[in-house]
Amino acid sequence: MTVAAPVDIGTGLEAPAAPQRRRAGLLRRSFGHSGLVLGGTMLVAIIAIALAAPLLAPHDPYNQDLAHRLIPPVWQAKGGWDHALGTDKLGRDYLSRLIFGARISLLIGTLTVLISGTIGTVIGVCAGYFGGRVDAVLSYIVTTRLALPVVLVALASAALVGSSLQGVIVVLGLLLWDRFAVVTRSATQQIARTDYVAAARAIGCSTLRILISEILPNILNALIVVATLEMAHAILLEAALSFLGLGVQPPLPSWGLMISEGKQYMFFSPWVIGIPAAALVALVLAINLVGDGLRDVTAPENRG
Amino acid sequence: MLSFTSQRLAVALSVALTVSIVAFLLLHLSGDLATAIAGPEATAAQIAEIRHQFGLDRPMTLQYLDWLWRALHFDFGNSFYYRDTVTSLVASRMPVTMTLGAISLMLALVIAIPLGVLAAVYSGTIVDRLALGFCVLGQAVPAFCLGLGLIIVFAVHLHWLPVSGTASWKNYIMPSVALGWYAVPAVMRLSRNGMLEVLSSDYIRTARAKGLRPTVVILKHALRNAIIPVVALAAVQFGFMLGGSIVIEAVFNMQGLGYLAWEAIARNDFPVVQAVVLILAVIYVALTFLADVANAFLDPRIRLA
Amino acid sequence: MALLEVDNLAVDIPLSDGVLHAVSGVSFSLERGETLAIVGESGSGKSMTSLALMNLLPKRAVRRADRLLFDGIDLVTAPEARMRALRGNRMAMIFQEPMTSLNPSYTIGNQLGEALRCHRPVAPAAARDRAVQLLEKVGIPAAARRLNQYPHQLSGGLRQRVMIAMALMCGPDLIIADEPTTALDVTIQAQILHLLADLKKEFGMAMILISHDLGVVARVADKVAVMYAGRVVESAGAQSLFRSPRHPYTRGLLNCIPVPGRTAPGSPLGAIPGQLPNLIGPQHGCAFRERCAFAAPECAGDIPLVVTEPGHLARCVRIDALEAAA
Repeated sequence: MTVAAPVDIGTGLEAPAAPQRRRAGLLRRSFGHSGLVLGGTMLVAIIAIALAAPLLAPHDPYNQDLAHRLIPPVWQAKGGWDHALGTDKLGRDYLSRLIFGARISLLIGTLTVLISGTIGTVIGVCAGYFGGRVDAVLSYIVTTRLALPVVLVALASAALVGSSLQGVIVVLGLLLWDRFAVVTRSATQQIARTDYVAAARAIGCSTLRILISEILPNILNALIVVATLEMAHAILLEAALSFLGLGVQPPLPSWGLMISEGKQYMFFSPWVIGIPAAALVALVLAINLVGDGLRDVTAPENRG
Repeated sequence: MLSFTSQRLAVALSVALTVSIVAFLLLHLSGDLATAIAGPEATAAQIAEIRHQFGLDRPMTLQYLDWLWRALHFDFGNSFYYRDTVTSLVASRMPVTMTLGAISLMLALVIAIPLGVLAAVYSGTIVDRLALGFCVLGQAVPAFCLGLGLIIVFAVHLHWLPVSGTASWKNYIMPSVALGWYAVPAVMRLSRNGMLEVLSSDYIRTARAKGLRPTVVILKHALRNAIIPVVALAAVQFGFMLGGSIVIEAVFNMQGLGYLAWEAIARNDFPVVQAVVLILAVIYVALTFLADVANAFLDPRIRLA
Repeated sequence: MALLEVDNLAVDIPLSDGVLHAVSGVSFSLERGETLAIVGESGSGKSMTSLALMNLLPKRAVRRADRLLFDGIDLVTAPEARMRALRGNRMAMIFQEPMTSLNPSYTIGNQLGEALRCHRPVAPAAARDRAVQLLEKVGIPAAARRLNQYPHQLSGGLRQRVMIAMALMCGPDLIIADEPTTALDVTIQAQILHLLADLKKEFGMAMILISHDLGVVARVADKVAVMYAGRVVESAGAQSLFRSPRHPYTRGLLNCIPVPGRTAPGSPLGAIPGQLPNLIGPQHGCAFRERCAFAAPECAGDIPLVVTEPGHLARCVRIDALEAAA
């Protein structure tokens, strides 16, 4: 963010940076952005944990052991290193479930964003590029989508298609495209007005080619930022759906489901909800920090 | 102003109409209605009888128009589960959700706007960083986790507030905080960015050049202009809160509209689900329309056009 | 005693890749009733100089001066409350952009009245009367009706008149007009300029007129300071400057103006090749030397202000070579 716009200090501010310098600058800015570094580190760590889950998890996350139910985590008096984060109501190792749960959240976040990002980008780019009646119709669709209460419609649709991991991904993917459409629409409008798009049109490039080789690369930054923020949104919604019992179904170790299952024990063992909640917060925080950071370092108004 | 209003009204009405089609389809996609109404023990003949009696054998378009006509008269049919009309169910649950939403919104605005203004006025300083950090952290905490956390701290450990229900005003404190929480970052960011933009504008320089006090410059000249987009966002957020209250009502066991819808979904009671979806969507459309009008009213450039 | 004395004023703006020296070593003085024109191309630091006088610089900008006296008041050490009491009251400012310099959310009357009422304990009705009287003075027809209008309902020329009226509300001793006519149509430019000159005379104010248009300046200024790259390169009485410009940059600027009767139709107008130097980082020597036809090795050294005749100063070491060439 700039402070009050200087009026008349022109010199030296407009000097256009060479492309290489700008790329180097982007890297330098990325490493200089403390939020981005922190979020990126956290996110990479969580992804690594999710990928290496079978190696890292001390126990089978589905293995029930009713003799050792609700063992508290290691920092409490009755805890032990065998179950570092304790066990749940069925005696399953909490740490292992937490580690495998990262896979579910990341999987849902990624696949949802792939679906919703594709839908939203197609709508937004078409609306922004073609304008006129196409824009009016597509914007109308976006407005209508925004009017639908997301949580409620997601719950109802999940119930209709059958609550499952796939069901949640499809439902969220088909619902969460609105921000993609809004952002890519305005970004495309800006690009479509530039000279190089006019030039591409003048030399007879096909519309599809202009969209793919001129528009798409130029809205990519904005798209990546929205994708990260929407990924966090999808993960939070999945947790909420699972918490309400209409998302991912047991025995999958979804963090939202773990919180839901722990709810009845929270008065005496708050850690049963505290641990998965902390994991959820850490993941969403990491993704949001990365998204905000990327927006800061790639936003044109912050270049200079 | 008049042409602006009527144009926005036309858009709002047509969006509401489209939403009604979605809600109508939601019910029909949920399975065979005749079977659902007849109940599990009904014979094929009874089901056919009901199908005819309820007009479910007519073309879809006709059924939709019929349904829309009745919905416009607040007749959403009967609940499959409760022996009651959907309308009376919704009407009895509405006040809880509306109260919760209104308190949450107030809470969110009272916290977020001053915080955003402070962050903009002291941009780049520690105040700004703290406010932004609070935002990023706030966005990462899911409302239901915050709700559960509040229960553990304030109800279980401190015994200050009741765990759940809607018996007294005390019951609304924790749910409102949890529900309002999610709107704070968005409203704060918008007021901060709006203020930053306005503070760097020429007319703020003019105001300072007049020798006005900083408080007058900020509150009279800057905030008035920066607040215009926040009004629209507040309306949108109120709509989101009504929709999102389903999670909070589930956490705090509050018998509101969201709780009703949650139960209805679990029980396949789709006439209720359909009505709640339609009502929330129409409220959202109405809110955004009112926000547009309020915006136009606050901005003399549109008001006097 | 002079109304305004500026000695060695500098404005630095710290940026990520170094300090931008927006203004350095600017000195001048202004008597009551006098008009000083500050001339230069965009980026030369003229607006920064005026904002520095009002202490309205962007937050991160740093102002330094050996002396900054307004009617005996030291502006360098004056606390913000003291500055606020001066601003709009005894020193008022008119900005370049009439289209965006008025708050779109409040009526003209509100914004005019506020200018008076924040400095004087007057009733709203009295402020209103004063506003109507000044709006009439600046040539706005149906002034009383305008008070209830919003800025967007007025044309650019009318808005600039409103800005002038606003600056006059408290009857200031000094008025700073920062390119007051740049954003306006050519026909309206002349009207506004004459209006300013007349008002200045009528109210006995001193005026600092900031402009990049020497034609404008020639008509109203008593004194002229030519700025280049944040420095005053030449300052003199208006007559002296236009009659015998000493600095090559001033000459370049004068060559850019077509003179009726002297510039033959179709003949090329003068242009100064090149662009402003980068002002980020330490500055050495004459900033104009890269673009100067008379540049010599000594131009890279320290350049003192030379008094060429009483009241006429130029910051150039090649004045003699220039004279010889002419």
